[in-house]
Amino acid sequence: MYNKKRALYGISFIAPFFIVFAVFNLYPILYSLYLSFTDWDGMNLPSFIGLRNYSRLITDTYFYTSIFNTLFIWICSIIPQISLALFLAIILNQKAIKGRDFFRALYFFPNIVTPVTIGVIFSLLFDWQTGTVNKMLLALGIIDGNINWMYSPFFSRLIIGLAICWQWFGYNMLMFMAGLQSISQEIYEAAYIDGANQRQIAFKITLPLIKPVIIFVLITSIIGGLQIFDVPAMFRNAPQDLIRTMVMYLYETGFTRYHFGYASAIAYAIFIIIAVFSLISLKITNANKES
Amino acid sequence: MKKFANIILYVFLIIIMLLCLIPFYSMLISSTHDNTSITTKLLVLPGNNFLDNYARLMQTVNVWRGFLNSTIIAISSTALTLYFSALAAYGFSKFQFYGRDSLFAFVVATMMIPGQLGIIGFYKLMNDIGLINSYIPLIIPSIANAFGIFFMKQMCDTAVPNEIIEASYVDGCGELRLFNSIVLPMLLPALAALGILSFIGAWNSFLMPLIILIDNSLQPLPVMIASVRTQFTADYGAQYVGILISVIPIIIIFSISSRWIMNSVSIGAVKG
Repeated sequence: MYNKKRALYGISFIAPFFIVFAVFNLYPILYSLYLSFTDWDGMNLPSFIGLRNYSRLITDTYFYTSIFNTLFIWICSIIPQISLALFLAIILNQKAIKGRDFFRALYFFPNIVTPVTIGVIFSLLFDWQTGTVNKMLLALGIIDGNINWMYSPFFSRLIIGLAICWQWFGYNMLMFMAGLQSISQEIYEAAYIDGANQRQIAFKITLPLIKPVIIFVLITSIIGGLQIFDVPAMFRNAPQDLIRTMVMYLYETGFTRYHFGYASAIAYAIFIIIAVFSLISLKITNANKES
Repeated sequence: MKKFANIILYVFLIIIMLLCLIPFYSMLISSTHDNTSITTKLLVLPGNNFLDNYARLMQTVNVWRGFLNSTIIAISSTALTLYFSALAAYGFSKFQFYGRDSLFAFVVATMMIPGQLGIIGFYKLMNDIGLINSYIPLIIPSIANAFGIFFMKQMCDTAVPNEIIEASYVDGCGELRLFNSIVLPMLLPALAALGILSFIGAWNSFLMPLIILIDNSLQPLPVMIASVRTQFTADYGAQYVGILISVIPIIIIFSISSRWIMNSVSIGAVKG
């Protein structure tokens, strides 16, 4: 039967994925699990030490600080990001606004700039001696002397959050605009005939209808936000204890201090943290769907 | 009243526009001044030190080389992602075989694995088989792009009619030739969108090349920019030139094809 032959072709077409995945993803993941039970410095053979890496991790204050920093930066980025994106999407969705395409493209542009470059730009902009931001504030008379942004526990993380917000708000705006366009025009017309004003339309119709898009954006942003590395890693002018994220800690432990076994344990801990956060947000989504 | 509200809206839009542009403007202007001016003055107009800054940068870090490296890596991995995602998607979409649906569910599930979970094992494996300082660990994994397969399968389900496959089959067309010459062209719009997404991803990737490529002359642009940041701590002029060079090509490409890029990103997110 030709069906059997066809089945073989089908299998051979999907085979490259599974072979490459097994070699370059699955094997390294399982191997990392093994390494997380060893003490490996990158040179000698890994020696098995049982759960020692994990018991060390549970009491490692640097790791807890890195979790805290990551969440702090994520919150500083997600709140302005979502509100700005939503607000701009609602404005730019109105046909009466001139230059919609221009604004849309301009707001989206930072999203395709290399994250490393964004990190360097923002860390230079907010440099306390040479940064443009301090000089602008001085020139406008808002401050009397340079502010040392990077040495402030609040501002250093806030600025990284804002850099990430700057990178992503345009992307989320595109998502929200796609969501808005799927809302039927008739609903708006009906509301308008019933005498609803702009604010009522925004809060009673638009927001509830694009809630699924907002939740989708939030969930993807949690998964991405817990893995931030490129942007904060470029903030060399800040005390690293203030801005070190989880993945930065993983990188430093492995590739600058050569504690590869311990770094593998950190990688698994990050994985568990991301899984927990994803599960929580999925639970919330489902609870929302049912209500 | 309506007019007044409109003015406020435009003012708001323009303020956000300025917030988007000021970092680029500041970078552009600063790259043309010497370090003393950068450190002491608020610079609004261009200076004439660009070439000096550029020369100092090029003495230590050859950013154009990084540019070439990035292009090689991004184009090869995008090509692999496109071909093998479409091939696997076609396999999942148009063939019947045992365990097909659970294998597809597995592919989708792998999208949830964070990228750095296996990074230490990956590094050790590449170290053991002598692939440090090689592009293979950066390019070959692009064959296994779960998002690409997921995205292309939806396109295959809708854009490739079964009748055409059956007709070509009756005509005695071989399976692989059928895919290459009939199915692949039908998927072109989807391939274009996926191509943009995976090119941007490969162009911007940082952590993997950072650990795999030790040799400076092999590194892609983001890794070079990061090393400019560490090597030129006090030389701001050179740093600004470095990031300027990394941004200008993106500006040029985006101004030519912004509509296409934004459409691809929207389609990718909606389908994904």
